Amino acid sequence: MSDLVMPAEHAEDHHPHHPFLQHHFEDLAQQHEASILGMWMFLATEILFFGGVLAAYTIYRVMYPAGWAAGAHHQNIPVGTANTAVLLGSSLTMALAVYYAQLGRRIKTVVMLILTLILGTVFLGVKAYEYHAHYTEGLLPGVHFTYTGPHAPQVQLFMTFYFGMTGLHALHMIIGAGLLIWLTLRAWKGHFGPEYYGPVEVMGLYWHFVDIVWIFLFPLLYLIHQPGGH
Amino acid sequence: MTSTTLHDLRWIEPAKTRNYLNEDYGIFSWLLTRDHKRIAILYMISVSLMFFIGGFFAFMLRLELLTPEGDLLTSDTYNKFFTLHGVVMVFFFLIPAIPAILGNFILPIMLGAKDLAFPKINLLSWYIYMVGAIFGLYVIITGGVDTGWTFYTPFSTQFSNTHVFATTMGAFITGFSSILTGLNFVVTIHRMRAPGLTWFRLPLFIWSMYATSVVMLLATPVLAITLVLLMIERVLGVGIFDPALGGDPVLYQHLFWFYSHPAVYIMILPAMAVISECVAAFTRKKIFGYPFVAFSSLAIAFLGFAVWAHHLFVAGISVYSAMMFSFLSMLVAVPSAIKVFNWTATMYKASVSWQTPMLYVLGFIGLFTIGGVTGLFLGALGIDVHVHDSYFVVAHFHYIMVGGTVMAYLAGVHYWWPKITGRMYPEWWARLSALLVFVGFNLTFFPQFILGYVGMPRRYHAYAPEFQVLNVLSTAGATILAFGYLLPMVYLLWSLRFGRKAGPNPWGAVGLEWATTSPPPKENFHETPVVTWDAYDYPAFLRAMGETQNV
Repeated sequence: MSDLVMPAEHAEDHHPHHPFLQHHFEDLAQQHEASILGMWMFLATEILFFGGVLAAYTIYRVMYPAGWAAGAHHQNIPVGTANTAVLLGSSLTMALAVYYAQLGRRIKTVVMLILTLILGTVFLGVKAYEYHAHYTEGLLPGVHFTYTGPHAPQVQLFMTFYFGMTGLHALHMIIGAGLLIWLTLRAWKGHFGPEYYGPVEVMGLYWHFVDIVWIFLFPLLYLIHQPGGH
Repeated sequence: MTSTTLHDLRWIEPAKTRNYLNEDYGIFSWLLTRDHKRIAILYMISVSLMFFIGGFFAFMLRLELLTPEGDLLTSDTYNKFFTLHGVVMVFFFLIPAIPAILGNFILPIMLGAKDLAFPKINLLSWYIYMVGAIFGLYVIITGGVDTGWTFYTPFSTQFSNTHVFATTMGAFITGFSSILTGLNFVVTIHRMRAPGLTWFRLPLFIWSMYATSVVMLLATPVLAITLVLLMIERVLGVGIFDPALGGDPVLYQHLFWFYSHPAVYIMILPAMAVISECVAAFTRKKIFGYPFVAFSSLAIAFLGFAVWAHHLFVAGISVYSAMMFSFLSMLVAVPSAIKVFNWTATMYKASVSWQTPMLYVLGFIGLFTIGGVTGLFLGALGIDVHVHDSYFVVAHFHYIMVGGTVMAYLAGVHYWWPKITGRMYPEWWARLSALLVFVGFNLTFFPQFILGYVGMPRRYHAYAPEFQVLNVLSTAGATILAFGYLLPMVYLLWSLRFGRKAGPNPWGAVGLEWATTSPPPKENFHETPVVTWDAYDYPAFLRAMGETQNV
């Protein structure tokens, strides 16, 4: 046998080819590691994506502390807090879905995925309610902006960041909800078990990331005060 | 043998000569393929098309500049043409050219893998590129855009009446194709290496591609969010970057260059990847100082994130931060110079074979060095103030982008052409085109250094009469350059049918891509290779190859 070409040990030599093993991977472990690393790389991209807008937000907060505080005062803190709790709850159910998928508990996986989907949808519904409240207050930036209180131009800038950042976050939630539906169907068909649960774990990483983004957005958009003032 | 299907009637090659090109036929076997090699071909076709569109705009600009008066293009059309030239060349040619075409094709084979880690995402990245390109073409057809490829605010958000939204949307979308390519490469390099292929046995192509991919992953999203903010401002009329409404236009420039300076390294690192391979192949030697070349790629990627504000020296940033960014910009020269010195040292006392790829390599080394050294001029605060927004800047970055990246791309296309197509290109014609490109390039851009230094500003369609001689020289050079670029189009297509058949290893080079057939089979290797040699170790590789033939 030469140094150059040696027949690789094919997975099917040892045990039957797993139905979800893609042809270009040697085994399920390699496939799993690749998909997990892929999601981490994607999340690195996402951090820089949100990082850009957070940097811009921070610069304007330093430039206009009073305007930023005035903008934050228009947020509904109790509703926002409740919504944060809802989202954190969805992270718990998502983590449990990964746990049950690893154990091959089909029904429990499906239930947890559906609970995650429901909590995510509740979050988006509350967000829509908040958006509507801002709209009726005249805080939607652009032609509908009718707010005339103190620091009105800066409040408009703040609200632009508010809608931009929460809007991008909501977009990620909507994409996540779509993926959850697809994953729930797969879990229902019994695709996942101790050997193969990569998609659920990858989805978990994504969902937790979206939650962490909110953990940053909530204090930055709801809870800030003018430094030194109240 | 009871019935004859259409499949049986079609000419199917015997299993021995089955390769990725004749594995299956039909338009959908290409448009729905997940084979990295076919996706590379899809990219090659679409990126080449964009190159000639961008080249058309460049040529029109040069024609206009033949005379001092604005007689061929109106100033508005001229603004649109230089913008479209920049947008098309940067976002749709330079960034995808080497990674998405050559990288896509060669990288998994070099790793001994059957495909990239995520074949579907690879195909998706091509479709995303195409959607972005269609936005670009839509803009070109319906009237263009005139902001310059940098989309500086507040002009782009408040004043320009051209298709800023569609153009930035195109750039935004295309960015995701580059992110997905980078993601695929990083995961593939980490997880899909053949048995025995340790990090320090990897070809230098892989190290550079890895560095490129990291920059793609971490810089591109910042451009994406910046363009989102720009689009929000333009559509809603709010003042994110508009000083009249409390915004800060310099912030836009910071965010834009936080991507767009690292993007320079997205363009040049893959070029360096190709050069390392070609230098090793045509000197038949190990690359001198392999670890230094490998780590200099990572150093360039890392330092590339810390120099962006050298584009803002005259934009009103503080003197202190300008000094810091000037200093940091100088640092990037160190790893770049390490590479140039190591390639040169590899050639020292080697018996170099002067085939076309090597001619392009020599062109690259000279032109990249000139481009790099003039980059240091621009990184120095005082000189930058003098030559900012002049043709000196234009000449500098064309020496890097065209003299560097395009030269390396052509070197790589010729070097791997026999692997990609199974056919040799005609050597004599290829050498002629390499000569035309080199002469044409220098005649086009060297006069622009002088023009810029004596004060000709960029981005005007008319100029003072005393600048005419050098501009005529530059336009003459562009004409030669155009022939230099059209010629490979013709003879490479010709070679598809009439080229001499290439064996598995026409150059006698080392590397896994030369250990498989030309063109490679669908899964790249008939057996997963086991690597027992270091990169560019000719004796060990040839011993392994020889033993294969004896088996």
